[in-house]
Amino acid sequence: MQIFKLLIKNSFRHKLRTSLTVLGITIAILAFGLLRTVVSAWYAGVEASSATRLVTRNSISLIFFLPLSYREKIRQIPGVKNVSYAYWFGGVYISEKNFIPNFAVDAKTVFEMFPEFLLPEKQKNAFFRDRKACVAGRKIAEKYGWKIGDTITLKGTIFPGNWDFVLRGIYRGAYKGTDETQFFFHWDYLNEYLKKTTPHRADHVGWYTVTVKNPGLASDVAAAIDKTFKNSLAETVTETEKAFQLGFVSMTEAIVIAVQIVSFVVIIIIMAVMANTMAMTARERIGEYAIMKTLGFGGLHIAGLIFGESLVIAFTGCALGIALTYPAAGAFGDAMSTYFPVFNVQRQTIYMDLAATLIVGIAAAAFPAWRAVKLKIADGLRRIG
Amino acid sequence: MEVKSPIVEIKNLFKTYRKGNQIIPVLQDITLDIAEGEFIALMGPSGSGKSTLLNLIAGIDKADRGVIRVGGLDITILSETELARWRSTNVGFIFQFYNLIPVLTAFENVELPLLLTGLSKKERKEHAETALDIVNLSDRMEHYPGQLSGGQQQRVAIARAIVTDPGILVADEPTGDLDRASARDILDLMERLVHELGKTIIMVTHDPRAAEKAHVIRHLDKGVLNADIQTAH
Repeated sequence: MQIFKLLIKNSFRHKLRTSLTVLGITIAILAFGLLRTVVSAWYAGVEASSATRLVTRNSISLIFFLPLSYREKIRQIPGVKNVSYAYWFGGVYISEKNFIPNFAVDAKTVFEMFPEFLLPEKQKNAFFRDRKACVAGRKIAEKYGWKIGDTITLKGTIFPGNWDFVLRGIYRGAYKGTDETQFFFHWDYLNEYLKKTTPHRADHVGWYTVTVKNPGLASDVAAAIDKTFKNSLAETVTETEKAFQLGFVSMTEAIVIAVQIVSFVVIIIIMAVMANTMAMTARERIGEYAIMKTLGFGGLHIAGLIFGESLVIAFTGCALGIALTYPAAGAFGDAMSTYFPVFNVQRQTIYMDLAATLIVGIAAAAFPAWRAVKLKIADGLRRIG
Repeated sequence: MEVKSPIVEIKNLFKTYRKGNQIIPVLQDITLDIAEGEFIALMGPSGSGKSTLLNLIAGIDKADRGVIRVGGLDITILSETELARWRSTNVGFIFQFYNLIPVLTAFENVELPLLLTGLSKKERKEHAETALDIVNLSDRMEHYPGQLSGGQQQRVAIARAIVTDPGILVADEPTGDLDRASARDILDLMERLVHELGKTIIMVTHDPRAAEKAHVIRHLDKGVLNADIQTAH
């Protein structure tokens, strides 16, 4: 028999109490993991941004447009590699609950600018050839059962009317964190409509995406772009894609902070539950600790048994919690894909689960272990007699 | 009985307990020698200090004053850590309520003190089996305490006490929780340990029948050791 065996046997001596504590930790770790994943998902766009991409928008606000003529001027700025542009279309699929992010894009450059969107060459060519073509991400295509060749109708909210598109491609993400819920169609198609209905809005774009030759040039290029259009009718603000995405996140920062606080509160609550379990356990075993001390076991041995038992219970719950986090995150991600296009459990979240469990295990055992170490044998034996 | 040199020498031992602001004397000026291989019974009414004296001899409590020399070593000057190490090899403990660990089998309970010795697994197994054989419980090795009778549990406790081969066994009311037949078996076993293995046994008891098995009976009253030395054999 090894001391470790005694530790394991002690851990499961009170099966109901241990099971309930393990269940509590499992739920806490699951909740903590999901909440941390929500926070990660909030920043998914930031994490997926490229260091070589810049976004140029109207300096007043994103809802103000920029002239198409800026494209060539931007292209000529030293350090610029490529320029693309897009428009937020804001269409709704069938009803408003089916939110999909949809953009009118420059079909020729969009897949050069965003190499993380993987589209088979054949589908890409089909998309280029057809002005009414669209490309959708794998996740929304699966969600709505779209197949290549299907006609998809979006109801315009900014640009009124029913807009029919033919699905010519379904892209996949190159990375785990790539958003696979977007929907692209030809900017030309939208622009023709604008020319007919509201000519003053035609030949404009929502923003430009600019790639630079290397990330070190980003700030110089951004400054040069903004300088070029200074004192024009549409002054620009150019920032890195990451800063652009962070701008969106900062609008909802209070929610993110609230989620973070709740995730830590969950851990504090389970720490109290675990501490209660360990306090009860240690109090019941005072006599046994006295006997072990009588036999020659030192305070460190006893403390090791208490810490070990606490950690065994905590990590059993943690392992179950982590195991459940993945399917739960998958189900949660599917259900909330409209709001969280990327909902993956990050490795960092698992490290935080483990660190939180370690802290809970140690903190819960600290006071009982201290009492057991300080226990006088004669006092402990009196409790038995 | 052949008189041997004392294995336990106690000189002018004092012990008090503090209860609030009150200081309660428990042992007063105890001087006692216990010979090697002797079976001594300490008797006295409740609160007379006999268990306290036993604890002091076994190194699980600290005296206020005086000397306790065991095997020539003054244990009153040892630190807690040194005392723990000393106990693990020099003293075996037998308690009234057996005090076995309920989640360990008889074998594992007996093996427990050996975990501190650095013996190999094979050696520990041999020692534990031998100890259980001595107490006639070889066939109950895999039983848990809850599956054994009181007498059998006490025999497991005795096997645990002797497994490290200590010179001294201290027993606090070893028959106090047993029926008469089981108590007789335990006392016979303790007698065998003295005669066959040369152990020194210091036993605290209220039971005159148990005390009869001892070579010497000493009485404590209000913390004072009576001068009368009663020889049982």
